[in-house]
Amino acid sequence: MIKQIFRYREILLVIIIAILLAVFSTRAPGFARPGNLSNIFNDTSILIILALGQMTVILTKSIDLSVAANVAFTGMAVGMLNASYPDLPLALIVLVALAIGAILGALNGLFVWKLKIPSIVVTLGTLTIYRGMAFVLSGGAWVNAHQMSEPFLQTPRQLFLGLPVLGWIAIIIVAVMYLVMSRTFLGRAIYASGGNPTAAVYAGIDVGRTRFFAFVISGTLAGLCGYLWVSRYAVAYVDIAAGFELDSVAACVIGGISTLGGIGSVAGAVLGALFLGVIKNALPVINISPFSQMAISGGVIIAAVIFNARQERRRGRIILRDRGASEQIEVAA
Amino acid sequence: MPIPDMPLLEMRGISKSFPGVKALNDVNIALYAGKVTALIGENGAGKSTLVKILTGIYSCDEGEIHVDGAPVAFANAQDAIDVGVTAIHQETVLFDELSVAENIFIGHAPKSRLGLVNWKAVNARALALLHSLESNIDPRIRLKDLSIAQRHLVAIARALSVDARIVIMDEPTAALSRKEVDDLFQIVKRLKAQGKAILFISHKFDEVYEIADHYAVFRDGKAVGSGELAGVEQNEIVKLMVGRSVEHAFPKVDIALGTTVFAVENYTHPTEFRDISFELRKGEIFGIYGLVGAGRSEICQSFFGITQPSSGKLKLDGKEITVRSPGEAINAGIVYVPEERGRHGAVLQLPIYQNVSLPSLARTSRSGFLNAAEEFALARKYAERFDLRAAALSVPVGTLSGGNQQKVVIGKWLATQPKILILDEPTKGIDIGSKAAVHAFISELAGEGLSIIMVSSELPEIMGMSDRVLVMREGLSAGIFERDSLSAETLVRAATGNASV
Repeated sequence: MIKQIFRYREILLVIIIAILLAVFSTRAPGFARPGNLSNIFNDTSILIILALGQMTVILTKSIDLSVAANVAFTGMAVGMLNASYPDLPLALIVLVALAIGAILGALNGLFVWKLKIPSIVVTLGTLTIYRGMAFVLSGGAWVNAHQMSEPFLQTPRQLFLGLPVLGWIAIIIVAVMYLVMSRTFLGRAIYASGGNPTAAVYAGIDVGRTRFFAFVISGTLAGLCGYLWVSRYAVAYVDIAAGFELDSVAACVIGGISTLGGIGSVAGAVLGALFLGVIKNALPVINISPFSQMAISGGVIIAAVIFNARQERRRGRIILRDRGASEQIEVAA
Repeated sequence: MPIPDMPLLEMRGISKSFPGVKALNDVNIALYAGKVTALIGENGAGKSTLVKILTGIYSCDEGEIHVDGAPVAFANAQDAIDVGVTAIHQETVLFDELSVAENIFIGHAPKSRLGLVNWKAVNARALALLHSLESNIDPRIRLKDLSIAQRHLVAIARALSVDARIVIMDEPTAALSRKEVDDLFQIVKRLKAQGKAILFISHKFDEVYEIADHYAVFRDGKAVGSGELAGVEQNEIVKLMVGRSVEHAFPKVDIALGTTVFAVENYTHPTEFRDISFELRKGEIFGIYGLVGAGRSEICQSFFGITQPSSGKLKLDGKEITVRSPGEAINAGIVYVPEERGRHGAVLQLPIYQNVSLPSLARTSRSGFLNAAEEFALARKYAERFDLRAAALSVPVGTLSGGNQQKVVIGKWLATQPKILILDEPTKGIDIGSKAAVHAFISELAGEGLSIIMVSSELPEIMGMSDRVLVMREGLSAGIFERDSLSAETLVRAATGNASV
């Protein structure tokens, strides 16, 4: 029974998050009240969406370090657009955000696909470039709340069934990503490309093209988050979401998504993000300094990586009798 | 001086089993100081296992090893090195970014009193070693600046740096040009003159005759013949090597061959093969035979779109086609079951049904959306056909046993409903019993009208299963042989390029 739970990272995370909530609510009464939980979820929405994008990329044995820079550039772009043309409908602004994000993601994807540059190098480069573009675009100026239109600022804050629209957007994205990953050819290709790229090629899957689309998904979601971020914090400047790419990777790792690709689930990414969200919201409540918070988050990430590595070793070993594999087994024995 | 008849190293009654396979069965072999002994045998005859026992990587189940008449036991590779056994492998493992001297002494560099590497001694000893091989390579330059032949020399120097008396060369000429082979043989002769005992493993008879003094032939894990090479005809050795009646052991059903479904015309690749032409008929099993590196797998991979030819035509059902990617090949009805089914075959993290459907998804999915019911149906069909043992079709393939993983891999290719099935070494590494099952299955598929291209290094398999055989040598066609005219001698002769037999 215990083993079964440990085998499913998702169940384990649900239990851990529940225990955390219980412990925190003994120290801070009301922490686990529905109202506060809805706040925590709403607070974590952006991270959930970014983590889902990151997940698709990591599943294909790649990484996208440019997501936070993408958020900053897209956020700045739509913030300035809204400030200059306050009458533009919000739907159009969101579409623009999605499009800009998709283009930035596609650029990453093209470098990885066509030039075969490792994704960590490509996105380390575009991380700087996209943030630099945000500076060039704005000239270093801020877009403040008073320059933003009412719908731009208020729509994500509207309450619907007790949860702000921002939270609902995250829920919709989770549902869409679940469909994409489990029901579409692309989703399957993403898992196969990361799980065994050679086998995927032999099965007729274009691994490079699949990676490209994973980056486009990640970029598009980051673009959406660009708008959501600027609206939520009511300000756009060059350094927004600085370092947030690491949070998105951390959420994936905690959620059991293997950094070697091919293993992971939408539920895992969401729960990994929620776990970080709960910790971030709880620690200040129980008077733990921000610096200890960072240390705690870091410790959790390392623990998760160790846990993942152990699980990967158990899961799936090549035992077909080809030369290399049989020799390995014999030498090990 | 050692007594000429006293072997430097002798292996007696060596047996070694792996699960399901008896790799070596009561084998004897003797190596003499100052002599080259050629070890000859087909793939899977047990040569590599013998080398591994001799170098201490495997321990033998039964039997004794004697050096200078005294019994020795190798618990690990270091024990073998201590006794003076060293091996130069097929693909030498060297480090491009390190210097020649570092490559030679990696792992056992002379140390100074403080325990640091004594670079002066390393370079001086490397220089001395290279000089003893009559080479003037500077030990301080990086390995990546050397030619292939020079790298071989470094590998040999490394093997000799441990005071070896017994040198094993496992197909050292496989990747060398004729000129480089000549250089290598000069070195071998020098080693002979230094009184070392050499075990020389090669497929190529001309080389064996050129360099070896003694021979030992292995077949199916048994030593079937040995002695002095002088005066022994090549024919006799070929017979020893393959000598078993092949006809009745194979369940090849004679099928009336249909029309031509697949035609290859002057297929040429920039580096791997040139001017290959053949036709494949419905229900035919077309064998491709050749030595390792003859370009057999490479041409099959180009039919499957993994690599692109530089010129030539492919015709499927009379229509010219180009195959730019495996996806296109699968859609056209051509599938390729790779040699390394472990590494290239399954995505272990994915469930059985998703593995089976993976190459067929283009057919089963509708505008990008998967059809889970159809995927399960496909998986169930092939699971039943192959008697797959699994708790459920939704468990990851990584949790299955090896045999069942194999079934999933074959099932996934058949699920694409191909017209042409390319099998690369379909029975490599499989024990005799399972081989028969695979052969029966191949025959059955041909009987259903599938056209099969089968690449194999095993003569009995090629001769027993094929309607016709293309022999390839160094990327060229060395002839296409009809089933009636197949004999081990002709095939080996064509593959090794020795016309004098």
